[in-house]
Amino acid sequence: MRFFEYVIAYRAEVWQRTIEHIWLVVASVGLAIAVGVPLGILLTRRPRWRTPVLGFANIVQTIPSLALFGFLLPLPFIGGIGARTAIVALVLYGLLPIIRNTFTGIAAVDPAVREAARGMGMSDVQLLWMVELRLAAPVILAGIRIAVVLGVGIGTIAAAIGGGGLGAFIFRGVAMVNHVVILAGAIPAALLALMADGGLHLLERGLDWRRGKG
Amino acid sequence: MNAPAIEFRHTSYRVDGRVVLGPLSLAVATGDVLVLLGRSGSGKTTALRLINGLLLPTAGEVLVQGRSTSAWDPVRLRRGIGYVIQEVGLFPHMSVERNVGVVPRLERWPAPRIRARVTELLALVGLPAGDFAARLPHQLSGGQRQRVGVARALAADPPVLLCDEPFGAVDPLARAELQAEFKALTARLRRTVVFVTHDVREALALASRIAVLEDGQLHFCGSPGEFQTSDDPHVRALRESA
Repeated sequence: MRFFEYVIAYRAEVWQRTIEHIWLVVASVGLAIAVGVPLGILLTRRPRWRTPVLGFANIVQTIPSLALFGFLLPLPFIGGIGARTAIVALVLYGLLPIIRNTFTGIAAVDPAVREAARGMGMSDVQLLWMVELRLAAPVILAGIRIAVVLGVGIGTIAAAIGGGGLGAFIFRGVAMVNHVVILAGAIPAALLALMADGGLHLLERGLDWRRGKG
Repeated sequence: MNAPAIEFRHTSYRVDGRVVLGPLSLAVATGDVLVLLGRSGSGKTTALRLINGLLLPTAGEVLVQGRSTSAWDPVRLRRGIGYVIQEVGLFPHMSVERNVGVVPRLERWPAPRIRARVTELLALVGLPAGDFAARLPHQLSGGQRQRVGVARALAADPPVLLCDEPFGAVDPLARAELQAEFKALTARLRRTVVFVTHDVREALALASRIAVLEDGQLHFCGSPGEFQTSDDPHVRALRESA
């Protein structure tokens, strides 16, 4: 197997690119959570913002990823060559599933539960924290899982703008017309996606209140 | 005569210009079990939600312990009022024990006191803590869930208890049993209770006073005995429908 020979010969770089790739995903999904979850909560409180916010996030998803990376390049502060631009693009892609699932998860809370919570004197913050976010947690986490898997896949394009990551092997392999080099990037990326998906799925089940005690 | 626990003073509630309730003037004395009786759409649930400030009157005022609900801090007001609704609204992610202990936890009672109180209340509503404390709401029957709802409403010892058709979704057999226990419970605890129902027999079984609402207007207020003999056409219609 020439693939294994290649990976072993280049193990230091495979390792380094994998770490870069994980960093791209962790940083971008972290930022997308920090922005997306509060935005999703806001949408449950401000119905009028729903259409514009979800619409914007939807449109971003339809921009071809290579084009989005290209659009960001000339922008000041968030643009330029390197990982920062790639992270900005990945944040934009991760926002939609996180905003949408946060909103859906909270909106799905039984109105009677909300009525009872308010009626017994929970403040807005207590209602959100003790009830709504707890009940919505599995749905929100499912959104985060989608954002992570999406980020691992789209993250391979970061190499096109000097953002590093496992895409570096893929672009190099394409240029060399060498599928072994392409696989050296593609297979670790696929494994990363599978592991992240599986791990987060387990966490999701652990947070599901139907299965355990509160 | 003490000041009434709850008093509606020329209270109206409108939605989009349409009068849902009022103007209503009605006083509930401390220790009374007042049943608001009426068909659906009569404004009885609105009246209840005006008491704990989930709604604020669009005209007039509602006094709770002598103070207008619009002057109360809504959180403080509601912590002193137990609230039981037909759909119960137990927190599905919390065990029975944690559900009952919610308000004491919000009030920052020490843990041993909460535990003792929860055990006491579960015994009071006929659900021994040993069997039921650790269960989740979906592991209970409808009647059991409603009992937990009553226990939760009583947890922090509120002087006032509001009930919105609490036994409406429970099967008839369990309902009769719950009514009997509820009557014994309120007699023992001497709470001020406002109880909403459309069921005349339930009203007669539980009330110390009955108030009849129709189209947002009060048509009768009196003891169950007076209700039985009243000539008011609304009261007669209700009696005949029972």
